[in-house]
Amino acid sequence: MTLTASAPPASPKQAAPPRPGAVRRAWQKFSPYAYIAPFFTLFAAFGLFPLIYTAFVSLYRVELQTPGDMQWRGLDNYTALLSDDYFWLSLRNTFTIGVLSTVPQLVMALGLAHLLNYKLRGRTFLRTAMLLPYATSVAAATLVFAQLFGHDFGLVNYVLGLVGIGPVDWQTGTVASQVAVSTIVIWRWTGYNALIYLAGMQSIPSELYEAAEVDGASRWRQFFHVTLPGLRPTIVFTVVVSTIGATQLFGEPLLFEGSISGGISHQYQTLGLYMYEQGWGFFHLGRAAAVAWVMFLLIVVLVGLNALIARRRSRKEAVR
Amino acid sequence: MTALAGPPTAPPEPGTRPELPRRSRARRSRAGRTMQGGKLAYAILIVAVLVSAFPFYWTIVAASRSNADMARVPPSLLPGPNLMRNFEAVLEEADIGKALLNSLIVSGSITLGTVLCCTLAGFAFAKLRFRGRGALLAVTVGTMMIPPQLGVIPLFMLIAELQWVNQLQAVILPGLVSAFGVFFMRQYLVQSLPDELIEAARVDGASTARIFWSIVVPVARPGMAVLGLLTFMAAWNDFFWPIVALSSSEPTVQVALRQLGGGYVHDQSVIMAGTLLGTLPVLLVFGLLGRQIVGGIMQGAVKG
Repeated sequence: MTLTASAPPASPKQAAPPRPGAVRRAWQKFSPYAYIAPFFTLFAAFGLFPLIYTAFVSLYRVELQTPGDMQWRGLDNYTALLSDDYFWLSLRNTFTIGVLSTVPQLVMALGLAHLLNYKLRGRTFLRTAMLLPYATSVAAATLVFAQLFGHDFGLVNYVLGLVGIGPVDWQTGTVASQVAVSTIVIWRWTGYNALIYLAGMQSIPSELYEAAEVDGASRWRQFFHVTLPGLRPTIVFTVVVSTIGATQLFGEPLLFEGSISGGISHQYQTLGLYMYEQGWGFFHLGRAAAVAWVMFLLIVVLVGLNALIARRRSRKEAVR
Repeated sequence: MTALAGPPTAPPEPGTRPELPRRSRARRSRAGRTMQGGKLAYAILIVAVLVSAFPFYWTIVAASRSNADMARVPPSLLPGPNLMRNFEAVLEEADIGKALLNSLIVSGSITLGTVLCCTLAGFAFAKLRFRGRGALLAVTVGTMMIPPQLGVIPLFMLIAELQWVNQLQAVILPGLVSAFGVFFMRQYLVQSLPDELIEAARVDGASTARIFWSIVVPVARPGMAVLGLLTFMAAWNDFFWPIVALSSSEPTVQVALRQLGGGYVHDQSVIMAGTLLGTLPVLLVFGLLGRQIVGGIMQGAVKG
């Protein structure tokens, strides 16, 4: 508007109308870019550039104290990773903790969503209360759970003691520590996923249920033959999101005992934590970048695998 | 505006049409039709609520006792008298006061900036025509799933180059990038802003900027509020990048909590007092606006 208003004075009276029109048309053509510019400027500088540049950095030796000084090392960072036992251990831990946390979380979320979909009193309260853990930070949740899982005075071991189970070493035991870390993840995300599933369930047309009822399908069969197929896209979505979350798990293992190595013998160190240890524990930013790139490839492979399975299953369904 | 929004949905027979959506919505919300929640359903859900809430209760219990209480063998399950003393201790030892202020500045700026950037870009993607729109939107959506954690190393090098390490803008500026937000606002505007409204304003001679401020923003306000809430919580709780970019001399709440859990403080009840202080603001937001947050997450799920 200001452009069209300031343009006329320079031109004679008769020529005035076409000029603003032309300026206006040009402005209309380009002004949309002004609306996306703030986002894309920030996105390019702080989103896209770091992601791409990570691959580049991973080929150099870069020290934390002198990040401007880069020395070409080729694939050395990667070969160093592959020959580090702790890398392989953290890869395995990421996988086992990922399974331990994702599978129970999604199964319970599905069950809770099914119950929340009933006609209930205090629905809003129930939904909100279940989302409460999602509102807590990783740091706060982990500090509380670390306390609850304490070896000598933790509440969990006390309750287990009441039913005759001896004190579990939630810190140094490999399986126990991974279960404890997974518990934090499960606690924080189950309610969130339940709400996502609930939203998916509510968008399933009720005619499908009516038809199933006419056919004499029990509630149980309705769940398996109407609800689950209807939820497929939602389930794929939550599996993908949880997989990505599990691959980069970081705060929980870091704060569980406050150690950067993920336990005395790295028993619950994840790839995210391993990356942090390389970069900010050992000051090797180049090697940390190599870990980041490995994590990225891992995510691409896992998400691709997911998509493949989902597509094959739906094709099988279509054939039937 | 109401007159313009009216025609597309105006019913031919005013008596019958308005009831239809209401009836179908009622049926849909039951989804499984007459399925009343039985006693078992309530029991399981109440257990789930208790499990969700217990760690919060336990934080209050632990924060209001003493370190000696925490090491007693039948643990005490009721709050004690030491809450204020532990608050004082943690304010002194971990500088939680400064951390709270910093977190407020960081999360507030990120929320305002993100909502503005995303509404502008979301509007352009939803309602304006320009070359490269499809490709740019594809890039945005495509990177939505890539965790920003994978870019922290170059990001850190960039921040170090700019000499921003340990300054709040190092956390604020990267926090403004929200591909999800752009997508969310685009979907919101595609659904709730009729094209007729914009065309009518154009015919009346309004510029795009005018249209944005006096038509788009009022229509988008509920969506902006939900995006703002989700952004604020995410920014407040963000962990990885702040602990890399900031230090204990200029902490956000999460940086201070990391320091608390890092073994400098041994008094368990003081640690829990810090955790409680750091969580209270989000709980407050959640308590006041929890219903909207639930709605936002469920909406986002259907659209995404």
